Amino acid sequence: MRVLLPLPIVLPLLAAGLSLALYRHVRLQRALGITVLGAVLAASVALLVEADTTGAVTTQVGGWPAPVGITLVADRFAALVLVVSEAMLLAVLVYAIGHPGTRDHAGVFHPVYLVLAAGVAGSFLTGDLFNLFVSFEVMLTASYVLLTLGGARDQVRTAMTYVVVSLLASTLFVTAVALIYAATGTVNMADLSVRLAELDPATRQALGLLLLVVFGVKAAIFPLFFWLPDSYPTAPTPVTAIFAGLLTKVGVYAIIRSQTLLFPSDGPSTLILFIAGATMLVGVLGAIAQNDIKRILSFHIISQIGYMVMGLGLFTVAGLAGAVFYILHHIVVKTTLFLVGGLVEHRAGSGSLRHVTGLLHRTPLLAVLFLVPALSLAGLPPFSGFAAKLALVQAGMDADRFLVVGVSLVVSLLTLFSMTKIWAGVFWGRPSSVARAGAGAGAARVPLMTGATALLAAGSIAIALAAGPVYDISRRAAADLLTPAILVDKVLPR
Amino acid sequence: MIVLLAVTVGALYAAGVYLLLQRTLTRIVIGLAVLAHGANLLLLLAGGRAGRAPIVDGEAGRVADPLPQALALTAIVIAFGVSAFLLALAHRSRRQTHDDIVQDDVEDRRIARMARGETHR
Repeated sequence: MRVLLPLPIVLPLLAAGLSLALYRHVRLQRALGITVLGAVLAASVALLVEADTTGAVTTQVGGWPAPVGITLVADRFAALVLVVSEAMLLAVLVYAIGHPGTRDHAGVFHPVYLVLAAGVAGSFLTGDLFNLFVSFEVMLTASYVLLTLGGARDQVRTAMTYVVVSLLASTLFVTAVALIYAATGTVNMADLSVRLAELDPATRQALGLLLLVVFGVKAAIFPLFFWLPDSYPTAPTPVTAIFAGLLTKVGVYAIIRSQTLLFPSDGPSTLILFIAGATMLVGVLGAIAQNDIKRILSFHIISQIGYMVMGLGLFTVAGLAGAVFYILHHIVVKTTLFLVGGLVEHRAGSGSLRHVTGLLHRTPLLAVLFLVPALSLAGLPPFSGFAAKLALVQAGMDADRFLVVGVSLVVSLLTLFSMTKIWAGVFWGRPSSVARAGAGAGAARVPLMTGATALLAAGSIAIALAAGPVYDISRRAAADLLTPAILVDKVLPR
Repeated sequence: MIVLLAVTVGALYAAGVYLLLQRTLTRIVIGLAVLAHGANLLLLLAGGRAGRAPIVDGEAGRVADPLPQALALTAIVIAFGVSAFLLALAHRSRRQTHDDIVQDDVEDRRIARMARGETHR
C-alpha cells in the first residue's frame, strides 16, 4: 500500500510532461489525462480503504527515516478529501473536453490541468511543512496559467490581483516556515507537533496566527476573501468549477491540519468561531447583491467556507466530523453548480439574471440539474447539505455556542433566498429570445458537458443517501485529528 | 553579523511592502521580488551561525545547517518562475490597456459610479 502513496503526485506530473510533448495531438492528450486521473482515483480509493482499516498510511520517499526524510501521510481525513478531489478532477476534465473555452486552448490546458492535480494531491498528502509550501506553489502556478487561459483583457486584470495576493501569501508562508524552523529546528509536521508544544506559549501563538493568516488567504476566510469573487468568474467554466471546488478547500484543509496537529486548542476557540460567523455573513450578503450566476456562486464559496471553519472552531469530535462531512459535500455541490452555470451561459449566451429567463421551458433537464445542488447548498432535506448542516448545528448546540449556530441558520435561509433568485430569474418566466450562444459555441459537445454535470449531481445525491456511513468515517477522521499522537506515532520511528 | 542580517531582512520586508502598495504594476512586481529576497534571507538566518561546508569527511566539527539552504534554494527557484510569469502578465496588461496602472475591479467601479450619483448599470 505504501507504494501507492506517491502515485497521486508523481503520475500526474509525469503525464503533464508527456502531455506537453503531445501538444499537437489533442486526442492523445485527452486520453492520457483521463487514464491518469482514473488511475489516480483508483489509487486514492485503495489508500482510503487502507487508511480506514489501519488508521494512516505513511511512507518516507527516498528511504531516509523521519524527521529527515520526505514524509508522505494519508490519514483518514487526507484520504477522504483526496478521493473526492480526484473524482472531481476527473469529472471536470470530461466536461472540459466538451467545453469550447478550454477546447480552444487544449494544448496548454491538458498539461497544466495535470500539474494542478499533482499540486492538490501533494497538499493533501505531504507530512512536511515546507513540502506543503512547494505543493501549494505547484497548484497555484498551475492555477495562474489556467485563470489566464486565452489572455482576454478581463482575465489579465483579475489574474493580476489573484497572482499578487497569492504571492504575498506565499512569501508569508516562507516567513512562517523560517520562523518555525528557527524556533524548533524541524519542518516535519509530526516532529513539529511534539516540539511546538514545548515552546513558550506566546511564541507558539504568534507562529500559529501567522500560519492561520497564510492559509486564511488561500481559503478566503474573513477578512482575507476580497480577491476571490472578482477573479474566479472570468476564467472558462471548467477552470472556475475546479477552482471553486478544490482550491479554497485545500486552504481549509491546511487550516484544519495546522490548527489540530501543530497548534491544538484545549476548547472552543472564540477567534476561529468569530471568523467563521463573519465569513458566512459577509459571503452571503455579497452574493445577494450580485446579478450574475457565476458571481453569485463565487460569493457563496466564501459563505460556505465559514461553515467548515465553524466546525474546526468548536474543537470537538462532533464539530470536526461536521466540518469534514461539509468539505466532502461542498466540493461536489459547488463544482456541480458552477458546471450548471456554464451550461446556462452556453445555452442562453449569458449568465446575467437580467438577460436570461424561461430556461425551464427550453431545457427542463438543466433546471433539475441546477435545483439538486442549489437546494443542497441551502441545506434543505433530503439533500447532502442538510445532513452536513445538521451535523454542524448539533455540534454547535452541544458545545453551547448558540450565537454561531444562530448565524449559520440565518445564513442558510439567505442562501436559499439567493438560490431562488437565480431560479426565478433564469429558469422561470417567458422564454427569452436572446440569441443562442456566441462565437465558437458551435464547437461545444453538450452531451459530454451535461453528462459530467449529471454524474456530479448524482454524486451529491449519493452522499445524501449514504449520509450515515459517510458521517461515521468523518467522525473517525475527526477523532484522529483531535489526537495528534496517533499520527506522530505512525510517522516518527520509535 | 546576525544582527546586521536581521536588520537587512527587516529593511527588505519594509521596502517590499511599500512597493507592493503602489498602483504601478512594475513596482508591485519589484516589490514582490524584494519581499521574496527578504524571506529567503530569513530562511538562511533560521539555520543559525555560519560554519564549515556540511560535507561528511569523517571529521566532526561546527558545520553549517544545510537544510535552510536547501529550503532557500527551492524558494528562490519558485520565486524566479512566478516572477517571470508575473512580468509576462504585466506586459500583456500593458499592451491591452496602454497603461501600467492596476485596474479597478468590478465592485470598485460600481461603487464609484454610485458615489457619483449615477444609477448603477
